[in-house]
Amino acid sequence: MMWLTAGESTALQLSLAVAARSVACSLPPAVGLAFLLTRKRFAGRTLLDAVVHLPLVLPPVVVGYGLLLIFGARGVVGSWLANQFGVELMFTRNGAALATAVMSFPLMVRAMRLSLENVDRGLEDAARTLGARAPDRFVTITLPLMLPGILAGTVTAFSAALGEFGAVITFVSNIPGETRTLPLALYTALQEPGGEHAAARLASLSVALGLAGLLLSELLARRLRRVLGR
Amino acid sequence: MLAVSASLRRGPFVLDVGFETPTPGVVALFGRSGCGKSTAINIIAGLLRPQSGRIVLDDDVLLDTESGVNVPPERRAVGYVFQDARLFPHLSVAANLRYALRRAARAPYVTRDTVVDLLALGPLMDRRTHQLSGGERQRVAIGRALLSQPRLLLLDEPLAALDEARRGEVLPYLESLRDQLRLPMVYVTHDFAEVLRLATHIVLMEAGRVTAQGKVGDMSLDRRLRSIIGPDEVGAIIDGTVLGIDPISNLWRVRLGSGEVNVQAGDLDVGAPLRVQLLARDVIVSTQMPRHLSVRNSLAGIIAGVQDDDSDSDLITIDIGGEKILARITKAATRELSLRPGMQAWALVKSISLRGHAFAARTDRRRAPT
Repeated sequence: MMWLTAGESTALQLSLAVAARSVACSLPPAVGLAFLLTRKRFAGRTLLDAVVHLPLVLPPVVVGYGLLLIFGARGVVGSWLANQFGVELMFTRNGAALATAVMSFPLMVRAMRLSLENVDRGLEDAARTLGARAPDRFVTITLPLMLPGILAGTVTAFSAALGEFGAVITFVSNIPGETRTLPLALYTALQEPGGEHAAARLASLSVALGLAGLLLSELLARRLRRVLGR
Repeated sequence: MLAVSASLRRGPFVLDVGFETPTPGVVALFGRSGCGKSTAINIIAGLLRPQSGRIVLDDDVLLDTESGVNVPPERRAVGYVFQDARLFPHLSVAANLRYALRRAARAPYVTRDTVVDLLALGPLMDRRTHQLSGGERQRVAIGRALLSQPRLLLLDEPLAALDEARRGEVLPYLESLRDQLRLPMVYVTHDFAEVLRLATHIVLMEAGRVTAQGKVGDMSLDRRLRSIIGPDEVGAIIDGTVLGIDPISNLWRVRLGSGEVNVQAGDLDVGAPLRVQLLARDVIVSTQMPRHLSVRNSLAGIIAGVQDDDSDSDLITIDIGGEKILARITKAATRELSLRPGMQAWALVKSISLRGHAFAARTDRRRAPT
């Protein structure tokens, strides 16, 4: 990308890689959790629901701090991961992906729940009378019918992941080429004297990315609606 | 044989049903909206679990709350045609049919070609489900249910959402399921015209309970039917035999009991059964052999009963040699003719007011589900 500077290009690629990883890893658990929260009644459901949504209402710094405590070098999970698998999350792009995943997870689950609530359970009953067992019904009926919600959730989460700032900078710091995503690069540019021009370029890039994401999602949603006949 | 007994309590609603019908056969669960008919077939399908109950289909126990047996719906091999079709919107018509065929647990006794042929689905196969008319949707839904190779087909008011013309479009297909596939069916409806055309047995339901059950012919004489269908629709339903065509009038001669009537009907085979409904309000009673009348049909018989119908009219039951017919006449007429049981009488009915419904396959493509 010749009209981007080397630093901008790195930040952009890093942002896309972090967002893609974060979305890919949170997609399956989000579908599962949306199903659990919408369809099942169990003790602690409300509490689980609240915990999932907590990142929406917490300051991102708190989430980053929490991740440091759990996944940091001396954290319970962090030290175990390091000892068992040699996986470091602190100060790495995988750590950045984890932080953005936690932050964007509730957005994903919300979109999926909305669409799952609109899935006609009568259709699942119909599949049942045709001989489809529970896993079969989920894959062949429920999942395709909640596809618009999965799509919307994915795009929203991806866009949010591109822009995640507080949790990322708290958990994995601001390391060029490793954890300095677009918003972090923008923040850095603003801190430097004479960085206004660079900041404006990065901001424009962010706007362009967000807009492209929204347009793409609308286009896909339209096509899906046509396929589903709504 | 299908034997069902179930009780279920949900809030103020109490369902307590029990009935038994032979298979193959079409049993109509008949009653007003909200009397628990749909709940009853949801229990047969296994989509609803009653607090206590037992369902036996032929020799298989599908549900027995006492011994803890509860075969889940996906393993009951009971097909279900829902009122709202419930076609899968993300699949084409062909894919909807394939969905059922692939999951059928039993060796197919109905092939895809048979279903496509029987329900005339050929031109619809590539369509998406939202491109179908109401009648087409129901036909696809019936086809889909058939391809799951059911041993019993449940139909929950499959025609209720359709207008009169669409109903007429789907009904003949249901008749061919009954006559050609000889598939046992439980048919929920509140429309007596559908019962007349399709059912072999009636289970009458009121407020969550079965109030009467039996063969359509016997049930047509039952007083409890009157409260649901109204006095004007009361009338004997007799399964007669086609004797041949009357060359002068071009009407079909049909044997009913020991008598004979002339009926307008479509293509029929000699010797085939033909269901005839004689509405009580259309039947005239004479105590003498009728002469010099335009009426084509006169059935000689013995009065078997005189009952109050309402404050002004009586319902006269006349035995015409094994079969009984009903005549609704004014109390004044009963008095004047001094009608009473045991008297000889003639029942007169115009051919125009007789409705005939063919009730057997016209082809030899009979296949019995085993």
